Amino acid sequence: MSAHGGGVSRRDFLTATGGLFVSIAVPSAAVAAANTATVAGVAWPTKIATDQLDSWLWVGADGKVTAAVGKIDAGMGIATSFAQIVAEELDVAFDAVTIQMGDTATTPDQRGTGSSNGIIDGGSVLRNASAEARTALLAIAAGRLNVPAGQLMTANGEVSVIGAPERRLSYGELIGSKRFDVKMSGSAKPKDPRQYRLVGKPVPRKDVELKITAKYDYMVDFKLRGMLHARVIRPPQANARFVSYDTKQKLTGLLNVVVRGDFVAVVCTREEQAIEASRLLRLKWSTPAPMFSSSYDALYKRLRDTKPDATSENLKTGDPFGAFAAATTRLDVFYEYPFQSHACMGPACAVADVGTGHARVWMGGQKPYPLRKAIAQLAGLSVEHVRVSWLPGPGSYGMNDADDAALDAALISKEVGKPVRLQYSRADATGWDPKGPPSAIHMRGAIDDTGEAILYDFESHGYSGRVRPSGTDTFGDGLSAQLIGGYKANSSNLFQLPSEGYKFANKRRAANLLDWTASLNTGLRTAHLRDPDGMATCFASECFIDELAYASKMDAVAFRLKHLSDARHKAVVNAAAEKAGWQTRMSAGKRGAGPVVTGRGIAYAPRAGTLVAIVAEVEINIDTGKLRVTRFVAAHDCGFVVNPLSLVGTVEANLIQAMSRAMFEAVQFDEHQVTSIDWTTYPIADISDVPDQIEVVIVNNFPNMKSTGAGEPATRPVAAAIGNAIFDATGVRMRRVPFTPLALKAALKAIESTTA
Amino acid sequence: MAKATILRVNGKKVSVSVSPETPLLYVLRNDLGERGPRFGCGLAQCGACTVQVDGQAVRSCVAPLSAVSGKSVTTLGGLAGDYAQRRKQPSDTLHPVQAAFIEQQATQCGYCVNGWIMTAAAFLDKKPGASDAEIHVALSGLKCRCGSHMSMLRAVRLASANMAAAS
Repeated sequence: MSAHGGGVSRRDFLTATGGLFVSIAVPSAAVAAANTATVAGVAWPTKIATDQLDSWLWVGADGKVTAAVGKIDAGMGIATSFAQIVAEELDVAFDAVTIQMGDTATTPDQRGTGSSNGIIDGGSVLRNASAEARTALLAIAAGRLNVPAGQLMTANGEVSVIGAPERRLSYGELIGSKRFDVKMSGSAKPKDPRQYRLVGKPVPRKDVELKITAKYDYMVDFKLRGMLHARVIRPPQANARFVSYDTKQKLTGLLNVVVRGDFVAVVCTREEQAIEASRLLRLKWSTPAPMFSSSYDALYKRLRDTKPDATSENLKTGDPFGAFAAATTRLDVFYEYPFQSHACMGPACAVADVGTGHARVWMGGQKPYPLRKAIAQLAGLSVEHVRVSWLPGPGSYGMNDADDAALDAALISKEVGKPVRLQYSRADATGWDPKGPPSAIHMRGAIDDTGEAILYDFESHGYSGRVRPSGTDTFGDGLSAQLIGGYKANSSNLFQLPSEGYKFANKRRAANLLDWTASLNTGLRTAHLRDPDGMATCFASECFIDELAYASKMDAVAFRLKHLSDARHKAVVNAAAEKAGWQTRMSAGKRGAGPVVTGRGIAYAPRAGTLVAIVAEVEINIDTGKLRVTRFVAAHDCGFVVNPLSLVGTVEANLIQAMSRAMFEAVQFDEHQVTSIDWTTYPIADISDVPDQIEVVIVNNFPNMKSTGAGEPATRPVAAAIGNAIFDATGVRMRRVPFTPLALKAALKAIESTTA
Repeated sequence: MAKATILRVNGKKVSVSVSPETPLLYVLRNDLGERGPRFGCGLAQCGACTVQVDGQAVRSCVAPLSAVSGKSVTTLGGLAGDYAQRRKQPSDTLHPVQAAFIEQQATQCGYCVNGWIMTAAAFLDKKPGASDAEIHVALSGLKCRCGSHMSMLRAVRLASANMAAAS
């Protein structure tokens, strides 16, 4: 029993809409044994009608409810929140609800999960569908009981006559295993949120106990009868061309070497054989010209100095250039943010069974629905012959390596004509996943003669986070097609712009992008990584706000409140400061008595309707440059909270992951390749690095507020809050992420020599 | 056909006929159907593959099958049963570390959680009531990418206290 697993009956049921199902998506041991290669010529629905109630919700004869949604659970527990919403709106027990997600054959296409939209899109449609179902059940019961619907009530999976509770029918009796045949009219009225008994409550997650007892079904656990094991072999250098491999080499268990252009994979009987074969197979590759910058200094210089290929100015008030030219006190600095890796806990895994008339793919990524089209293109099939099913992967934070693995597995399966399981190596995962893009951000400001900050000017120079698209709609979007060559990716421009609500007399926000499509066949291609560009742009913007506050001789919180006007923006800043016990003063801006000094910093950010303010407290050893965040306080306003327990877990995890990125993470590379390939070369936060304390203040959590999403927003201000705390503790303004001991020590030394 | 290696997995004697150099992880997952230990790096850097061998936390991605010949392997799937049997508790009793992880809702995706539980359980079985500093040392080096550290630390502290109280 798992949150994502659906009943066979629902699948049979959907057959009525024209599909034919022969495979099962639930990888329990028993079911896996029943999985056999799909027969040729099967067809699945091209599209599951989103305007039909039956597409979203189904009631079994036993009264159990299965709800389908075009989202996935990336590890934050959203399936539990979905079940709360359905149980609440439909008046059934929480445990009676199963949520089905991410299967193109059985769940409606909502493009999957991204942009922290799970609750926003998935939750709202399930709420409406459940309200429609409840209305329909009341209408059916009215006919059966011969009582007007207005005199009926629903509770605990039953419809009964108000005042005559013995006259009742269960949902199973009313509709069990039958279609509603009701259009999603939008007329059914969801409950008044003030009556909620389940939504808004800290319900324990359905998946946790399963995970703790090794009963949760992950992608990596899925097995198909007769499947082979594959590993890929990536080019040793970016743009190296495959020349040949040693066809005479004997390797245990090696059945096939698949070569398409520069895409190479080995296929073996057993997993460990494929791992060994990928390590030992002798290959020849060409020696390419250098592809990457030689260092981060060189990269940031290139970003700053190269004429951009696209520019966007999304805000201009007053006369920013004139104000800067005329001012006597000017600030003119660059902030720099590196490439970062998803570095997911498990290298991506997928299973594919591609035959002449069908393609069946199991994958662990966030967007199985667009991927279906890409698989169809790869396999040369129409979409009704393709089914993609999501199974839980390791936590994913955007466009990680999961879609690439699914495409690779499908490609290999097609080539060898057998079901194939592929799991990447750690080096494939960390070295070759799509990366969060770097940015060099020019910040300029001015203070007038009265000490008033009169200019905020933001101008970024970087690569688009959608060079590798945020969903895989075509084969060309994936890595394998780029290694084969000749395929186009749907790259698009994602301008690196901050979100903030400050008012200054003169203000500008602009972004410049350099074409980076040449990276598509390399480990430095850029894509969405949790809160795409949010950490980078907020780091520059919110640290610079601190610089303006300091130059205006103001307290960092007071300065923010002075320049913010929106009440919700001010509220999170106030809430975080209050909870943290913030003492109003200017940032110290100078080193305290060492060797261990402490400081505090604040940063805030809006993100698509959600607002977060974070106070970070740090301690720094001046001698070693070692930094530790000792405390985070986060004020979080995402409107109405469906499950406060899951929310706090999600916010805490955002803070720790973002802290790791701020303190430790920069993808390393030389001119030819990514050199961050494992946990030693791409270190992340260890248990010894985590704060003593995290406090989450939930703001604006009222039933009448819209839920605005919480998967990513708390990530955004973290680097800035830590950077501001470092300044408070030491007087050192860190303008480049990550804040490693080496970088901090160098910066401390530099300031020492200028102030000596 | 490779010669058989005999070991105990979660109390059951098993015989496996694969190359003795095969890392234990693949034998457990692919031949014996265990789902607790997972492949994270294959380099003993992350802990996602951790099992207990005669009560010691071991990273099964680098332990050859031959190294556990004749030994007793416990996986996350067998941890509760092993604990219940050792403590003569009802068979559905969870290990206190597992119970604490559930109580604290200590996971996000859970891909790594096997390593944290198996490592913490092996440690606390020998040292219930361990100090905070000792807990930090015991858990050092385990990776969690989602950032569930705070909740997992709370869970291990809770388990430590509960186990000290019960011992």
